[in-house]
Amino acid sequence: MKRSLRPLAATAVIFLIAYALSVAQFPGMLSTRVLGNFLTDNAFLGIAAVGMTFVIISGGIDLSVGAVIGFTGVLVAVLISWLGFHPLAAFAIALGVAALFGAAMGLTIHYLQVPSFIVTLAGMFLARGGASVITQDSVPINHEFYRTVSELIIRLPGGGRLSSIGLLMVAVFLLGALLAHRTRFGSYVYALGGNPVSALLMGVPVARTTVQIYMLSSVLAALAGIVFSLYTSAGYPLAAVGVELDAISAVVIGGTLLTGGYGFVLGTFVGVMLLGLVQTYIIFDGTLSSWWTKIVIGVLLFLFIVLQRIIFAASAPGEESPEKS
Amino acid sequence: MKRLHLERLANPQLLALVAVLLINWLLFPNFFRISWQDGRLFGSLIDVINRGAPVAILAIGMTGVIATKGVDLSVGAIMAVCGAVAATMVVAGYPTPIAVVAALSVGLLCGLWNGFLVAVLDIQPIVATLVLMVAGRGIAQLITEGSIVTFNDPALIFIGTGSFLGFPMAAVIALALMILVTLLVRRTAIGLFIQAIGVNRAAASLAGIHSRMLLMLVYALSGFCAAIAGIVVAADIRGADANNSGLWLELDAILAVVIGGTSLLGGKFSIPLAVVGALIIQAMNTGILVSGFRPEFNLIVKAGMIILILMLQSPLVGSALGFFKRDPKQAASR
Repeated sequence: MKRSLRPLAATAVIFLIAYALSVAQFPGMLSTRVLGNFLTDNAFLGIAAVGMTFVIISGGIDLSVGAVIGFTGVLVAVLISWLGFHPLAAFAIALGVAALFGAAMGLTIHYLQVPSFIVTLAGMFLARGGASVITQDSVPINHEFYRTVSELIIRLPGGGRLSSIGLLMVAVFLLGALLAHRTRFGSYVYALGGNPVSALLMGVPVARTTVQIYMLSSVLAALAGIVFSLYTSAGYPLAAVGVELDAISAVVIGGTLLTGGYGFVLGTFVGVMLLGLVQTYIIFDGTLSSWWTKIVIGVLLFLFIVLQRIIFAASAPGEESPEKS
Repeated sequence: MKRLHLERLANPQLLALVAVLLINWLLFPNFFRISWQDGRLFGSLIDVINRGAPVAILAIGMTGVIATKGVDLSVGAIMAVCGAVAATMVVAGYPTPIAVVAALSVGLLCGLWNGFLVAVLDIQPIVATLVLMVAGRGIAQLITEGSIVTFNDPALIFIGTGSFLGFPMAAVIALALMILVTLLVRRTAIGLFIQAIGVNRAAASLAGIHSRMLLMLVYALSGFCAAIAGIVVAADIRGADANNSGLWLELDAILAVVIGGTSLLGGKFSIPLAVVGALIIQAMNTGILVSGFRPEFNLIVKAGMIILILMLQSPLVGSALGFFKRDPKQAASR
C-alpha cells in the first residue's frame, strides 16, 4: 500500500472496528435502516465537510460554514414562504448569494493577507447576524416540492431507506474526490497548501485559486443549508450553530493534515460516518447522556492529531519541528 | 520603552473607545450619569465596565497566546468547566476558597494541556485548542450532570456581583489581573521572549530561548484567565450553565485582542490595549441595546469592525496610514 494512504486506511480501520464493537453490543445496529439513517442524518454535515476539506487542504480554515447553513435556511424559507418563489429558484438565489459571499472572503484573505480564520470569523458574524436580522423565528416551509423530495426514497431490503439528501451527499463526496484528485484546480489546492510561495513560483494562479476555494466552501455550505431545510422543512437563524466544528473534526479525523497540502475527500466521508456512529451508539445505549458525544469527538480528534504527528514525524524528518536543529 | 508610553496616550484604540462612548451618549443622553446607591456606583458606564470584565479577563490571557502566533479557541469551554467545578464544589459543601482554588487549578491544567499539545507535540494552535473547545462543554456537563447548578454561597456570589470601593468586583479583578500580567511581561524579559517566539520560533529557540516552556506558560496563563472569567460569570448568575457559559466568548476575546493592535502574525502585543478592545466591544453592545436596536445587529456591527481592522492592519493600507504597524521587524527592533 502507498505510504501516503496510511492515515486514510487507519481511519477506515478504526471506523470498522468501532462499528463492529457497536454491533457486537447492539446487534440491531447492523441493519440497512441504521446505515440509511447515517447518510440522511449527516447529509448536511457531510456536504459542508467536503468544502471544509478543500479549505483545509489549501492550508486555511472556514469558520463561517455553520452560519452560512443557517443563513441559507432562513433565506430559502423566506423566499418560498413569504415571497412565493419556487423552491428551485430560491435554491439558485441562495447558491448565488453564497458564491458571492465566499468570493468576498477569498478576495479579503488573498489581497489583505490576513489569516483565513479571522476573515471567516467576520463572515460567520455577518451571516449569523444577517439571518437573525431577516427573522428571529423559525419560518416553516409548506410547499408541494418539499413533500415530493421527502418522498423520493429508495427502499432497501431490511427496512432501510436511502433518502434523496443522503444520496446527494454521496454524490457531492464523489464529485469532490474527482475535483481534488483528477482536476487542475485540485492540484492547485494541494500545491497552495503544501507551500504557497513555491506554488506561486510554479505558476499556480494563487489569487484565483484562493477565491475559488472559498467560493466552493461557501456554495457547498449553502447546499448543506438547502439540505438542512429539506431535512427540517423550516428555516431558523440559529440552526446549525457549531457545525463548523463538527466539519473540521470530521476533516481531521478523515486524515487531512491541518497544516495543509495533504488530505483526502473520501477520508472526510469516513470521518463524518464516524461522528454519526458515535451519535447513533449513544442513542442506542440510552443510558449515556448526549454530552458524551462531545467528549468522544474531542478524544477522537486528539487521537487522530497525535496519529498524524507520529506518521509525519516518521516520514518527514526535520521539517516540522524547529527545535530539532 | 518610554517612547511607546507616549504613543499610547493618543492611540487609535483609546480614540475609538471615546468615539463609541460619545455615540452612545448621543443616542442615550443619560449614558454618563453615574449614581451612588447602597455603597456602590450605578450607571451605564459602570455597566459597560462590569459586563466587559469577563471578555477583558479572557483577552489578557489571549494576548499572550496570539503574540506567540497562536490562538486559544478553548477559553469559552474552559470557562464552562471551571464555573461548573466551582459551583458543584460549593454546593457539595466545600468551603469557598477551596472551591475557587480548585476551579483555578482546573483552568491551569486545561491551559497546560493546550500548551503541551502546542509546545511539545508541535500541533497547530487552532487544532490543539479545538480539542478542548469541542470536548470541554461535554466535560462541563458531566460535572454539572446536565443541569444548571445554582448556589447561594455569599462569598462566591461576591466575586461576581460584589463591589470594592464602589466598583464592581469583576472589573476590579480584571484591572488587577491586567496590571499584574502587564508588569510580569513588561518589567521582565518574558514579554520580549514572547515576541521573539511570535516573530520566528525557530530563530528564538536557536537564540537560546526556552520556547517550549514559554509556550506552555502562555497557554497556562490563558487557561488560568479563562478560569477566573468562568468563576466571575458563574458567580454573577449564581449558577453554572455548562451549555451557555462563555459561549462564543473566545471569539469576542480574539476580537478584543485584535482591536488592541496585537498582530495575528505574532510579534507585537499589548495587554492594556486588548482590555481597551474588550471595553470597546462591550460599549458597542450596550450602545446597541440602549438605543433600541435589536441585539442581532451586534453581530453585523462586529463583523464590520473586524473588516475595518483588517483593512487598517493590512500591509496595503497600513503602510499608507501608519496605524497598527504590524511589520514584525519594526516591532522586534523597538
